[in-house]
Amino acid sequence: MDFSFSEEQQMLQSSVSKFVQKDYDFESRCGLVDSDNGFSKEHWQLFAELGWLMVPFTEEDGGLGGSAVDLMVVMEEFGKGMVIEPFLTTAVLAGGLIAASASEEQKLQLLGPLMEGKLQLAFAYSEPQSRFNLADISTTAELQGDNYLLNGHKAVVLNAEAADQLLVAVRTAGEQFDRDGISLFLVNTNTAGIAIQSYKTVDGFRAAEVRFDKVSVPAANLLGEAGKALPVIEKLIDRATLALCAEAVGAMEVTYKKTVEYTQTRKQFGVSISKFQALQHRMADMFIECEQARSILMMAAMQLDANQGIAPKAVSAAKSRIGKAARLIGQEAVQLHGGIGVTDELDVGHFFKRLTTVQFLFGSTDFHTQRFSRL
Amino acid sequence: MNIEFTSAELAFQQQIRQFLNEKLPVDIAEKRKAGLYLGKEDQVRWQKILYKQGWSAPNWPVEHGGTGWTPTEKYIWATECALAGGPEVISFGLKMVAPIIYGHGSEEQKQRFLPDILASNAWWCQGYSEANAGSDLASLKTTAAQEGDEYIVNGAKTWTTLGQHADWIFCLVRTGAPEVKNQEAISFLLIDMKTSGITVSPIITLDGKPEVNEVFFDNVRVPVTNRIGEEGKGWTYAKTLLTHERTNIARVGLSKQRFARAKQLAKETVDLDGYLIDNPAFSQKMAEVEIELLALEYTELRTLSAVSTGAAPGPESSILKIKGTEVSQMIDELLVEIAGNYALPFVKEQFEDGFAGEHIGPETAANSAPYYFNNRKASIYGGSNEIQKNIICKAVLGL
Repeated sequence: MDFSFSEEQQMLQSSVSKFVQKDYDFESRCGLVDSDNGFSKEHWQLFAELGWLMVPFTEEDGGLGGSAVDLMVVMEEFGKGMVIEPFLTTAVLAGGLIAASASEEQKLQLLGPLMEGKLQLAFAYSEPQSRFNLADISTTAELQGDNYLLNGHKAVVLNAEAADQLLVAVRTAGEQFDRDGISLFLVNTNTAGIAIQSYKTVDGFRAAEVRFDKVSVPAANLLGEAGKALPVIEKLIDRATLALCAEAVGAMEVTYKKTVEYTQTRKQFGVSISKFQALQHRMADMFIECEQARSILMMAAMQLDANQGIAPKAVSAAKSRIGKAARLIGQEAVQLHGGIGVTDELDVGHFFKRLTTVQFLFGSTDFHTQRFSRL
Repeated sequence: MNIEFTSAELAFQQQIRQFLNEKLPVDIAEKRKAGLYLGKEDQVRWQKILYKQGWSAPNWPVEHGGTGWTPTEKYIWATECALAGGPEVISFGLKMVAPIIYGHGSEEQKQRFLPDILASNAWWCQGYSEANAGSDLASLKTTAAQEGDEYIVNGAKTWTTLGQHADWIFCLVRTGAPEVKNQEAISFLLIDMKTSGITVSPIITLDGKPEVNEVFFDNVRVPVTNRIGEEGKGWTYAKTLLTHERTNIARVGLSKQRFARAKQLAKETVDLDGYLIDNPAFSQKMAEVEIELLALEYTELRTLSAVSTGAAPGPESSILKIKGTEVSQMIDELLVEIAGNYALPFVKEQFEDGFAGEHIGPETAANSAPYYFNNRKASIYGGSNEIQKNIICKAVLGL
């Protein structure tokens, strides 16, 4: 048992941390959220130059090893600045799906450009009716000659607007909820018949409704075996969930610390409000929640790296517990800040928003509690 | 003890339902039921319908235009109106400044201000909080120095809800010398928003809306005749309002309407094993909220019943504020959870007046997260829930 980071991990942590502190103050982030692109292409190039885009991948695939603990290190620091560059979507989730299911030829074509910062990806899986059920897929792909024809509607696809290529989970066989019959396709976003309706999300990211109307995709764009994609999707959603949990822990740490700091400076009734015991205990609770969240995050990251069968259960445990902590810390931070906490001008409200959406992304707290008990 | 309404009360309920059925504009009710916002025009349109009916101010004395309803009838009205999707009236004029004007104002002030408030011809806003005077309101710093028959007002107020629409603002200002004890140096002024020297600057809240404002006063000249009652008594007047019967502070009707919507949506939302309502964790949460709401409703009814038998409502109203806001915030979370992935999209234009396009995802999901974010204010404003607990500790428990 060892909870310390390796020298490489410490260096990675310090370089991401420096970037967030130096280039990612709250005002700059707001500027990026409101920019046309929704994030900074310069930052993305920097991520590539510093090798961060190689973190999710194994050395065989040209990456830096791809351990979940490495991923945790990066995402936790990103969480402290609410970094909105699509690292989670492009590199961890879509990149991970390619690494796990594509042919060597496809990998060669895609992973290099991705790690060089030249390729943006999105993973289109959820549908208007599907909520958190990864097997609930009604978008279809039918083989016609050498091509598949895609039809359907993918909902709230993160990073779809910026993406060059979409990874699309479709049904090539079976009924709407069947675990079998789900396939993954790589689809260029320029393909005729794709309509992307992009929008901001409540936490400042970008997502889109993506509609496929008789979209013709070469059969060669199938990733992995037809009809067998669900297990690999689940595996990568688990990985992305772990990354999201790490981001949440970073955000929670900043949020409770900012709250402590604020109550020390805010004076009412002639004293700092941090002197009131009723508030002190609540901040102690925020701290406890953050540490409990961090513990279970580390457990889940190490389980993912140990690659035993228990990993999915460990991820659900982490997501459930961290969702609970994120809720309490976000809500209490706003309450203890008072009116200023509900304004757009202070960062705390934005941390609260992100700590809300992390409770629902990749499955709600209840969903993961129930998954934990079933696994 | 008797849990039933009397036959007179039941008849009253029927009368209310019939009115709502006939007079509540469908477009307004639909917006409310979808959890969307109302603009000024919709709000004023509804309040003028109420005025025409003679029901715009159930809490006022009859001689000034009140309805003469019993506390129970007021409760029936508030509940039925909310369940039908009828908006609550904006409280600043009808519920907050009016009682102070008819309670402590001069005859001239009553005649000058009350009719326009009753008819919703004038929009009022509140100038209490300041950047450094929130929970500790009595430490406010905005000054009013008398010069002849005018006060010269200087300072800044904040969290002024919907001040951008306002014709008038009622303010707590400091009129006494600095050495006078905090509360005794505060006076209550009515200020015309058109007066030169007033600047309104919006504060954007977490839902992206300019709902609240900062209001700056730079040498604003206010006639001394706009002061309510005596100089230095403003704090006492403001405080009587707070302990005065605050109708509908628990907002049981609105929570009932929103809860019913949540329940209906949970029945229609597909989940892993059937519908969301069948999910044990979710149905447990729904039941807990419903039970809390039921307890709250009866706490409010008990308070009303005590009032109708002549007892003055005491600091128990703090319970209504605390539990009322907690329940409404629990319902916010249910609605976000129901929206699922569709809680994420944030398309500002969807919330503009007259938006005719298609919503991203279900219309009921569109405002779920913004509403949740914004409604965190409920446990902060009007005396934060922490302040309410302090009141209970001091005034009820004697601590």
